Amino acid sequence: MTERLRVHVDPDRCQGHARCKALAPELFELDEYGNAHEAGDGTVPPGLEDKAWLAKSNCPEIAIDVIEE
Amino acid sequence: MSDISQPAAHPPVTDWVHDFDHTDPQWTEDPFPIWDELRAASPVVHTERFLGCYLPTTYEAVREIANDSEHFSSRRIIVRDVRPEITSRNSAPPITSDPPVHKPAKQLLLPPFTPDAMKKLEPRVRAICNELIDGFITEDRLDAAERYTKHIPVRAIAHMLGIPETDSDLFIRWIHMILELGIKDENTLLQAVQEMTVYFSAHIEARKTKPTDDLISYLMNARDKDGNPLEDSHVLGSLRLLLIAGIDTTWSAIGSSLWHLARTPADRERLVAEPGLVPTAVEELLRAYSPVTMAREVVKETTVSGCPVKPGNMVLLSFPAANRDPKMFPDADKVVIDRRENRHAAFGLGIHRCVGSNLARMEMQVALEEWLKRIPDFALDPAGTVTWSQGTVRGPRQLPFLLGKAM
Repeated sequence: MTERLRVHVDPDRCQGHARCKALAPELFELDEYGNAHEAGDGTVPPGLEDKAWLAKSNCPEIAIDVIEE
Repeated sequence: MSDISQPAAHPPVTDWVHDFDHTDPQWTEDPFPIWDELRAASPVVHTERFLGCYLPTTYEAVREIANDSEHFSSRRIIVRDVRPEITSRNSAPPITSDPPVHKPAKQLLLPPFTPDAMKKLEPRVRAICNELIDGFITEDRLDAAERYTKHIPVRAIAHMLGIPETDSDLFIRWIHMILELGIKDENTLLQAVQEMTVYFSAHIEARKTKPTDDLISYLMNARDKDGNPLEDSHVLGSLRLLLIAGIDTTWSAIGSSLWHLARTPADRERLVAEPGLVPTAVEELLRAYSPVTMAREVVKETTVSGCPVKPGNMVLLSFPAANRDPKMFPDADKVVIDRRENRHAAFGLGIHRCVGSNLARMEMQVALEEWLKRIPDFALDPAGTVTWSQGTVRGPRQLPFLLGKAM
């Protein structure tokens, strides 16, 4: 079964807690203020699916979407 | 500290639901059953104390208020017996700012506190921890608050600001005056603010002729959106904020963490065996023993979780109580050091997310890692008494431990 995931950070909700960067550094980047956005187009490389869900479920601002494609 | 007068005592609480008081000794000692009782009664409770104050008891109610700067102002962020006049002398932007002033003031402070910036500071913090441990490693009993947890954040923030780490006792005294004694005694509060202003003004003046590579110079060199430097009062306010917010908060968080590990051998042994779990454990300890309760002032009538709230009242924005809400966190009353899903609000929610959260997390991780590496065995000393700070920031101020072979 090949399920492709993509992560997306809602920039209006993100407050820079940086939990996603700590838990899934491959999937997220921080700007100069420490606010997060997805790395590249947000595509989750195979093997990192668990980290994508972990980042989502630890974001205090509910700013992260994990989209199943 | 003999020149600091002790504040007046409040009458004891007999009806928590209608007359709560976060400075009551029972709350200070063990607030968790009180929060459970209040949460069972209503998502928002009220007291006539402190000239009128609400307390949201659920995670959802806390989130609603934290995300609503239209009805809830940050111009007052500590619940006190008095409502001191708001002036530039006691403001501390951005924590006391509302939109639209808040965002530029916050953005100014964010770059020096990113996770990457904290990585650069980490070696100094690790060294501070080890210098402190060197001072007591051969002893078999000590007060870990007095000898360890108290000193780590104050030295780290002094290092960042570029002021002498040896002035630490002075900073700790001001914080005690502002956050604890100042709740019930305005003169003590104003005295501390005045002393801090004199202290930092001298450091600002010195840097006008001789700039340095530290956070004070960084703030002095900052420019607003029109390219103008910040007024001295803004720089002073931000320095006051960094010093106050950066010290007894993390001191408390490290202390509560060690307190938990001292009385929970299974968790302690697991972290000693699996140091990689420390960052996850830090999040859970932050949830279970969140040190910081913020406040808002109601400026416009509204409802929160269906409960009416009226202007003129303060709101005790209890992130610690939110983090114990069983609707949000399964087994909310248990410390689960490998908890996977943890949207805790220890650093606040919404636009006022703690600017120093990355610093606090780094300090907590390093302080626990270095302690556990060198002192894997420790326990509470049954001959001593653990005491907790009162009011806005909760953490152990006396932490009597037995170390190693004395256990």
